[in-house]
Amino acid sequence: MTEERKLRLIGTPFRRVDGRAKVTGRTLFADDLHFPRTAWVKLVRSTVPHARIKSIDCSSALAMKGVLGTLVGEELPDSFGILPVSEDEHALAIDTVRFVGDPVVAVAAVSEDIAHAAALAVNVEYEILATVPDFDAALKTPEPRIHDYGDEGNLHKKISMEFGDIDDGMAQADTVLEDTFYYEGNNHLALEQHASIAVAEDDDRVTLYSSTQTPHYVHRALIKTLGLPPARIRVIACSNGGGFGGKTDPFNHEIVIAKMALKLGRPVKIALTREEVFYCHRGRHPALMHIRTGFTKDGAMTAQHLRTAIDGGAYGSYGVASTYYTGALQTTTYRLPNYRFDGARAFTNKPPCGPKRGHGTPQPRFAFEVHLDKAAHVLGIDPAELRLRNLVPADTITANWLQIGTTGLRECIEAVTAGSNWKERYGKLPPGRGLGLACSAYMCGAGLPIYWNHMPQSGVQLQLDRSGCVAVFCGETEIGQGSDSVLAAIVAEILGIDLKDIRLCVADTDLTPVDLGSYSSRVTLMMGQAALQAAEKARAMIAETVAEHLEVPADTLVFADRRVFRADDPEHGLNFNEAVVVAESRFGTLGTTGSYIPPRAPGRYRGSGVGPSPTYSYTAAVIEVAVDADTGLYNVEHVWCAHDIGRAINPVLALGQIEGSIYMGLGEATMEEQVFRRLPKRLSPALVHKMPSMLEYKSPGFHDMPGMTSYLIETADERGPFGAKEVGQGPLLPVLPALANAIFDAVGVRVDQVPIQPENVLTALQAKTAGKDARVGPKKFPSIDYGEVLRVPTPEQGGDGRAVGDPRAQHAGVRSASGTMKDREEALKEHSSATLTTD
Amino acid sequence: MLRLPPIEFVKPRSMQDVLAALTDDPADDEVRLVAAGTDLWPNMKRRHQQAKTVISLMSIPQLRGIETAGGELRVGATTTLTDILRDEIIRARFPAFARAVASISSPPLRNMATLGGNLCIDTRCTYYNQSEEWRRSIDYCLKERGEICWVATKSPRCWAHSASDAAPILCTLGARVKLVSSAGERVIPLAGLYREDGIEYLNKRRDEVLTEILIPADSDSEHCRSTFWKLRRRGSIDFSVLSVAAAVWTDSKGMVTRAAMYLGAVESRPMPVDAMDMLLGKSLGKTLNATLNATLDPTLDPTVGKPSGTAPGEQLIAAIARQAHQIARPLDNTDFTPSWRGKMVEHYAQAALGELAGLPMRRLAPRHGLTVV
Repeated sequence: MTEERKLRLIGTPFRRVDGRAKVTGRTLFADDLHFPRTAWVKLVRSTVPHARIKSIDCSSALAMKGVLGTLVGEELPDSFGILPVSEDEHALAIDTVRFVGDPVVAVAAVSEDIAHAAALAVNVEYEILATVPDFDAALKTPEPRIHDYGDEGNLHKKISMEFGDIDDGMAQADTVLEDTFYYEGNNHLALEQHASIAVAEDDDRVTLYSSTQTPHYVHRALIKTLGLPPARIRVIACSNGGGFGGKTDPFNHEIVIAKMALKLGRPVKIALTREEVFYCHRGRHPALMHIRTGFTKDGAMTAQHLRTAIDGGAYGSYGVASTYYTGALQTTTYRLPNYRFDGARAFTNKPPCGPKRGHGTPQPRFAFEVHLDKAAHVLGIDPAELRLRNLVPADTITANWLQIGTTGLRECIEAVTAGSNWKERYGKLPPGRGLGLACSAYMCGAGLPIYWNHMPQSGVQLQLDRSGCVAVFCGETEIGQGSDSVLAAIVAEILGIDLKDIRLCVADTDLTPVDLGSYSSRVTLMMGQAALQAAEKARAMIAETVAEHLEVPADTLVFADRRVFRADDPEHGLNFNEAVVVAESRFGTLGTTGSYIPPRAPGRYRGSGVGPSPTYSYTAAVIEVAVDADTGLYNVEHVWCAHDIGRAINPVLALGQIEGSIYMGLGEATMEEQVFRRLPKRLSPALVHKMPSMLEYKSPGFHDMPGMTSYLIETADERGPFGAKEVGQGPLLPVLPALANAIFDAVGVRVDQVPIQPENVLTALQAKTAGKDARVGPKKFPSIDYGEVLRVPTPEQGGDGRAVGDPRAQHAGVRSASGTMKDREEALKEHSSATLTTD
Repeated sequence: MLRLPPIEFVKPRSMQDVLAALTDDPADDEVRLVAAGTDLWPNMKRRHQQAKTVISLMSIPQLRGIETAGGELRVGATTTLTDILRDEIIRARFPAFARAVASISSPPLRNMATLGGNLCIDTRCTYYNQSEEWRRSIDYCLKERGEICWVATKSPRCWAHSASDAAPILCTLGARVKLVSSAGERVIPLAGLYREDGIEYLNKRRDEVLTEILIPADSDSEHCRSTFWKLRRRGSIDFSVLSVAAAVWTDSKGMVTRAAMYLGAVESRPMPVDAMDMLLGKSLGKTLNATLNATLDPTLDPTVGKPSGTAPGEQLIAAIARQAHQIARPLDNTDFTPSWRGKMVEHYAQAALGELAGLPMRRLAPRHGLTVV
């Protein structure tokens, strides 16, 4: 098969297919599109954090010259939401607003200026409800509920599960350590602000062009909210100017303009301001975490208990999955024979949190890796050595039933410790200088789709014709990561043609087979496998006919240099287009398809749907930091990062992802925070985003980036195309704990929260000087009733993947496909064996 | 995207036309001056500064340019920051001024932004520099349309902070500014241009135009040693959350005859540090145990050494820095916490004075604005 063939393109630093257009400004992003008679929409957003809507008065707005119409919530009565279990959003608020920025009215006008002026003229009266600003408040304020569903009061989701027996595990430990950590929320800060344009076509059809990572899910949301048959809605994802998870939900503004386009019978456009992007949010959940781990004196871990409390903001979004993810991947790097995870997500009156690069896992990874660094010091074991002693072996199943594939974590640790000269320098640098190490693992695509189905998660269709061009159709979405290039390269590799011979048609729900979208680091692996399959089928058809034509056995043929020829006699062959002519003459019009469905994960318990992946990537990072002890100011001097990518389809793209992850990780570690101002309660109920602008929401620039050394570790995994695993998200994870650990090595203080402000370092240093605990971080973890614990015997205990005494266990993972919240409750009554999605 | 509200944009060709247009403002608040607009346009897009008519100063050639007369440096108000940085005389004779200008915003904005604009820049506050919709959510604030200063809810005044980096260094160097109106012109010390109020932060009438900045000859590097330090989050773009400008003048015997320090971004105006007078009559060389002749070099390796803190000169520096800390009013209206910024006032003042005294510099890394010009 492919392994035996010599690769010409895969693994080489080929130029990305969209590179020239991107750097010359020719790529058309959603905001670049304009059609004749385009109307502009502005959203009137709530100016209060939590309230009932008493009245809406659009009369002044409608009276303005150039205003074409308005929309209010009642005109879009059906709710939507990315997860079938939390379809709790309306395109425009009906009755209740839940955060400052929640859209209430849409105004359309002939220009953006008029639309804005008209939006400012809409008058909405509110009846103020109590503001729930954070997790603690949500816990203490069950009423008024922000939503009328959820596990309890203002707690949206509660999870408790135990794999093995942690009491037993802790009893075997020589040392039990515990820590509390906090990870502040932050935004994706994609450079491109969300934009969409909807075109009313003939016959009540509507086409939506949008900056989205998930056109398929947007299509589904539009079907539901517009009440139109699927065939009358077309969604095209434009090239995204960055997504990072911030364009993975269907958004209210997309639904609004599609509806407005139908209502007005003309194209309708919206381009969000940066402030509005902060209101769309779906960024990192603020997370408070408590971690307790048992260690033997040799450093083996006997048990871990992790508790998380995450602040979800005003809507569900991916939150149920996010909650699971704060616990799910904890077992993938180091052997944890007994593991308990308790997680809870609160509703609060803030923009909804969701998936950001690493989705739910950077927070517990930060906690775990700093916790391990502390353990290394307590146990007197080098932090690198401690990790090496505990590595999860390849091809094993973890305590929480995740199937591990290949792992190069050992090689990653070896690469970064060699690069940073760890052995000679760690713990030995002059005061104010330090090194820190951390590791991580990440999924290569979520094992299950968002909504339950047995269909492919990625489909690729090829069309070959006598010109020699190959058209590739796939629902995948280019968000800057290079998925278009990966798709084209895989097909070009198998068919032996040039990237320029490939015509891509992607991310169009009318024309392309479904691919679920650019999230969960799934595209290279899943789309890649589908593309590989489709291309192999095409190759086989061509090979068969060319072999007959040349009168040689098919397996002696080579596809390379845009030719099909004999391996032993390269002169003897056909140009690729001639080969296609031969095949087309024989088979008629040539087309093939490929599809990919991930293997079934071994877990069979409620909740086992979150965490499984075809395989996992691994990363290790070392950071060197210089700290000024008088001010607490610090500077990241260098980052070494090694990533087990399985196999790099394109090493330049892969290195770009590593460097981008380091950049984003450092941003979160050093300064980024989505924080809010609450005015004095006696004066105002306000709860506003503190700094919804690119200037005041601090994120590092090029200027602030340290030197970086990246390593690609290749442990080809047969589960991925050509052995490839993910690289888009994993390398972010170790960056934050590595920095915290480096600061400890530099000045001997712990900052158990991110971002690490210079002020925190200074406070900890002053505490150290005063002989107090040299630490800044959360002091306590709240008492949370996580509900009844689900007990799941581990593989080591002879378990079969099911929970003990769970009547639904054998059906775990069965989910219904659609329906509103209410429909789903009824569906559950009827089919009591069904569990909710993502479980 | 955020867009500018409709305005009438006027580009007069002469000062007379500018002054006439200013005088024609019946409501007294419907006409505004603009130079490059790097401050005004974003503010108008967010609608916390408004105008029906905006008069551009950019078409008046006399307002742009740098010249020296009798050693005095005259900079036209619409001279761009990049023009200033490219000027050999300024770089050689007023290096701390150049350093301050080099730290402002980012290269593309410096290509646009003007010195007069920077000196007149609106005071800033994170409750104020927000969109119209955001400000509705807090029912506005004292500075614009509201009743309460949310930074200090019981305060009768607005605490928006001074945002100019050129102001503290030019105040320190004793610069003056020329204000022209149809009634005539006056030249005042730059320090006198500023008021301790976040709303009415300039002693400039609405009908006056700041046309020229005059930096005295005896403040150049031959007569005076000066420096500028800046604290901000990132190495570019960000406004200061603190800046420290300081200068000392000495006689032929090395005795300090004049000394000045101004703090930026910690009050509504650049704050003078009077304790600098403690240096008067002292020999900088002896007192601070440093050589006067050491050149002020922004590329100075800042990594070495740390003062012991015990020498008499160091104690003097420490005393001045403490006073700087005391008079600064860092509040919760910009980046970083006020308490830490307060502590930084002392550290940065100390570092600036240490540099003037030629003490080995400590690195207050990472981003104190020591951009090499």
